[in-house]
Amino acid sequence: MAFDGRRDLAKEVFSSEGRALSGQNMGAMADVDVLVIGGGNAALCAAITARERGASVLMVECASREMRGGNSRHTRNLRMLHDEPTPYLTGAYLEEEFWEDLLSVTQGQTNEQLARMVIRESKGLGPWMEAHGCMFQPPLKGTLHLSRTNAHFLGGGKALINSYYRTAERLGVRILYDTEAVGIELQGGLFHKAILRGKGSEDALVAKSVVVASGGFQANLEWLEQHWGERARNFLVRGTPFNKGTMLRALLELGARPIGDPTQCHAVAIDARAPKFDGGIVTRLDCIPLGIVVNKQCRRFYDEGENFWPKRYAIWGRLVAEQPEQVAFCIIDSKSLELFIPSVFPPFEAYSIASLAQQLGLDPEGLERTVSEFNMSVKPGRFDPTVLDDCHTVDLDPPKTHWARPLDVPPFYAYPLRPGITFTYFGVEVDEKARVIFSEGGPAPNIFAAGEIMAGNILGRGYLAGFGMTIGTVFGKIAGREAAVHGRG
Amino acid sequence: MVGDDPWKEAQRAMTICNACRYCEGFCAVFPAMELRRTFTPSDLMYLSNLCHNCRACYYACQYAPPHQFMLNVPRAMAELRSLTYREMAVPRALGRLMGKSSLFTSIAVLSATLLTVSTTLWSVPEEVLFSSWRGEGAFYRVIPYPSMVLPFCILFAWAIWTVGASLLRFWKKMGQDLGSLLDPRFHLKALRDVASLRYLGGGGHGCNYPGERFSHARRWLHQLVFWGSLLCLASTAIAAFYDHFLQWKAPYPLWSLPVSLGILGGAGILAGSCGLMLLKVRMDPVPSDPKTLGMDISLLSVLSLICASGFLLLWLRDTGTMGILLAVHLGIVGGFFLSIPLGKLVHGPYRYLALVRNAIEQMGNDRQHEPT
Repeated sequence: MAFDGRRDLAKEVFSSEGRALSGQNMGAMADVDVLVIGGGNAALCAAITARERGASVLMVECASREMRGGNSRHTRNLRMLHDEPTPYLTGAYLEEEFWEDLLSVTQGQTNEQLARMVIRESKGLGPWMEAHGCMFQPPLKGTLHLSRTNAHFLGGGKALINSYYRTAERLGVRILYDTEAVGIELQGGLFHKAILRGKGSEDALVAKSVVVASGGFQANLEWLEQHWGERARNFLVRGTPFNKGTMLRALLELGARPIGDPTQCHAVAIDARAPKFDGGIVTRLDCIPLGIVVNKQCRRFYDEGENFWPKRYAIWGRLVAEQPEQVAFCIIDSKSLELFIPSVFPPFEAYSIASLAQQLGLDPEGLERTVSEFNMSVKPGRFDPTVLDDCHTVDLDPPKTHWARPLDVPPFYAYPLRPGITFTYFGVEVDEKARVIFSEGGPAPNIFAAGEIMAGNILGRGYLAGFGMTIGTVFGKIAGREAAVHGRG
Repeated sequence: MVGDDPWKEAQRAMTICNACRYCEGFCAVFPAMELRRTFTPSDLMYLSNLCHNCRACYYACQYAPPHQFMLNVPRAMAELRSLTYREMAVPRALGRLMGKSSLFTSIAVLSATLLTVSTTLWSVPEEVLFSSWRGEGAFYRVIPYPSMVLPFCILFAWAIWTVGASLLRFWKKMGQDLGSLLDPRFHLKALRDVASLRYLGGGGHGCNYPGERFSHARRWLHQLVFWGSLLCLASTAIAAFYDHFLQWKAPYPLWSLPVSLGILGGAGILAGSCGLMLLKVRMDPVPSDPKTLGMDISLLSVLSLICASGFLLLWLRDTGTMGILLAVHLGIVGGFFLSIPLGKLVHGPYRYLALVRNAIEQMGNDRQHEPT
């Protein structure tokens, strides 16, 4: 890699360590070839690729150095195509199976051309990632169910982005933390400059091209409220609080073509005691198929044992969101307590259903009635959580079709549930060069998008574990490459 | 740390980690944690001593400060390790001294050195002490054989008794019976882990020490100290063998086994200790227990002093200063032996037993998963 020294940003202005913008710095800000907006996986892949192709690169991350990395910091693995076993993947995972998996979760809401490109490109990602600092973990006990399709990062997503940041710094990517891009200005249909807001100051930065990799809008509760009404106030955001969708809105206002359903989001039922933002993986609850779930009125509202939990957990966010006050309670008895991965908050515990109801603020008689109705409708069967077993209810509405066992061995336990939003599908349309497509004028020559902001092109609905990271990495690299070409030429 | 109670803090940390498990590839602590759903003080004591403070889990943690969970596993574990050494100490009074380990180590080393030197000055005639002695038995002309060997036998017995008794207590505290301690398979596994310092390897890429970057520096420097110490022990044992069975009296020539092993070992300890101290000065203090810094530095300083005085003695052993240098060297070594039970050296055997416990647990666990 040959770097053109003249293209380097003024070193006296930016240290490669990355630091907050001050008014003085803003005034002296040099122009740059490629501006990367965002600080997660897609942004890093774009910045690294563009820099390696000789462009001068500035990355702006609105989080602090400690909280950098967007939602990537909460991820754990990346889904990738491979013909044969590797040190970190078992078996083989070929294009048609990958495509079928995607098709079944999206139910056709995908752009086949872009999707197949991502799937094919994912094949070479392992060596590229390792060359840029990623460390993979050999398949372990806890990762077995995904060890064929998904490569796990040693230490998870934050470890991955830490290594990418180290690589980016070593290559000479300038990084500004605590700096948010709040606006974009075009000139003759081309990106001209971005408005950057640091701590107490705001200034414009001119760049030859821009990569927008600033995530979705799932942390913007007002925006969610537009689609979900007041219910959205009770949603929890599982990931970063920084994904406000500021750049998404800016691009749409400039005429970028939207993609994906703005009213949809990936939401799961998580522990209601989780923090408002950034609770991440530890707040998930895997106990729903083992018990019953009731709402504030002590009524059951959905078949808890419809299918295996990994196939059903993503519908429970919406189910809980539709209940009064967007809250529900999963009730199990001591038979089931140790059958699921422990979660971070201890369950409520009582020796009678009535006293459990009191702890939860529910009507004791109502909960006792629901539990006894459920218990009486359970037909004895052979309980086996590893198969779709024959333990089910009869004459109960809604039924519980598998793993139904009476709640009859105290102590009884309860976990409160709320909808936890993982990500949104709504984004901007892109082409195979990651160029943002505008309603008038088609693909913008120097505006590129990567990551969650454009994932809706490929993952229009549903969820496929580790595929968001695949999209972010593939499109990040493409966006970086194309931005460098435009930025230098 | 969120609360004041290190036990509660470690319990809180393990509860969060057990719901996440992203770090399971780094070391033995997380797979051991995954075998449990709740964490008793005995579990926590075991896990904390299994932790090698490689810090990989701290930098990889999405719940590390400033996240509101304020998770800092290496620090929580380090604090419990200090508590383990204190609570398990035999005799119990030693545990109370451990809070000021560096002070008492310094007192022990200083007073032992002063005592040896003054006794030598007082009891050995000046013309004997300051003459240059050469050839076999030269050391014993200055300090007679029994006065050299007897105090060290006593000091050695003291260290073996105090540390051994605390380790037995620790073993029982971890809920283990003595029978399992005698099974060689588990020791074999644990010895392999120790010999390679496997868990300072952070899953293969080194540990995050002194800063966020992965590095093998600490592992190799620690290996220098560890293997250097073993070489010095071997050197002493061979010298004792020459003396007792071959009637060949020290000092030995430069090319002899005791001296060449001693030089190699001493150089390793000196280089390793100085390197570890340099790293310690530069390390990120957040994932550590700041209260143990004194304990760490005092052990490394005493080890360096022993080696430095040993080298000085070797260099000047044919001159008239040999007598005083020998007294200084023996004094420092004596003080070191005296302070072993309240110093950082105990981390070795405690961690070793935690590794044996881990071998029992993991090998038993693997057996359960074998196809039947």
